[in-house]
Amino acid sequence: MSAIQVVPIEWYLLLCTVLFTIGVLGVLFRRNAIIIFMSIEIMLNAVNLLLVAFSSYLSDSKGQVFVFFIMAVAAAEVAVGLAILMMVYRNTKSSDIDMLNKLKW
Amino acid sequence: MITTYLFYFLSFLTIMFALMVVFSKNPVHSVLYLVMAFFTIAGHYVLLNAQFLAAVHVIVYAGAIMVLFLFVIMLLNLNKETEPHKSPWLKFSAVIAAGLLLVVLVGSLKGATNIMATNNFDANIGLIENLGKTLFQDFLLPFEISSILLLAAMVGAVLLGKKSIK
Repeated sequence: MSAIQVVPIEWYLLLCTVLFTIGVLGVLFRRNAIIIFMSIEIMLNAVNLLLVAFSSYLSDSKGQVFVFFIMAVAAAEVAVGLAILMMVYRNTKSSDIDMLNKLKW
Repeated sequence: MITTYLFYFLSFLTIMFALMVVFSKNPVHSVLYLVMAFFTIAGHYVLLNAQFLAAVHVIVYAGAIMVLFLFVIMLLNLNKETEPHKSPWLKFSAVIAAGLLLVVLVGSLKGATNIMATNNFDANIGLIENLGKTLFQDFLLPFEISSILLLAAMVGAVLLGKKSIK
């Protein structure tokens, strides 16, 4: 039996909203660039979970195909982001995001 | 009935592990909690009859992305002592801002109209056969373009990771 038949879609909406907000909280709360990346992953996963829930609810496999594409984009994003992070660390000797404030007004 | 309890249990674990990612002092512990959070999300996928997606999720996230994170953390030699922290005032305002965002999102979703499922429930859409058909019939062009995206990301990562660009 699928969970979507017994659990209302509103619970999935609530769960994914809370997960997304935890991701936003992580971005605002921490200064370590790696933790901020992880929070972005949490946000992406919240959206993925909601896409799968709606795909299952509407019995349409297109939503699950979208999750594939988001996973591909997330993998590319992490590879490039961590490479940038390594370069930042090489220049500033720290993973502190507040060191990069040259573009701040 | 057991599915409902499993949903509550997995949701509780997911939210708890996600919170521990944000609030844990040691970056290595954060990564390990994130791996656990991803496993619980894979459990949600199994509950939703998206078995293939659950397998892909474990392979891609817990296998590839998390190893990359752990590798970078160990390469940068991050630990509890070198961890930078925001001032308590900024932390407090971050919590307030995130809480307000949660209130706004939940409030707006409460006001949304109900979505009714139009077609009959089909438990087989998460199987690899149906997903493959959709992927290679309706989404063939995006699928090919995503390969270019992955290639560009690979070239970009190698270029950024080089010692010096001449």
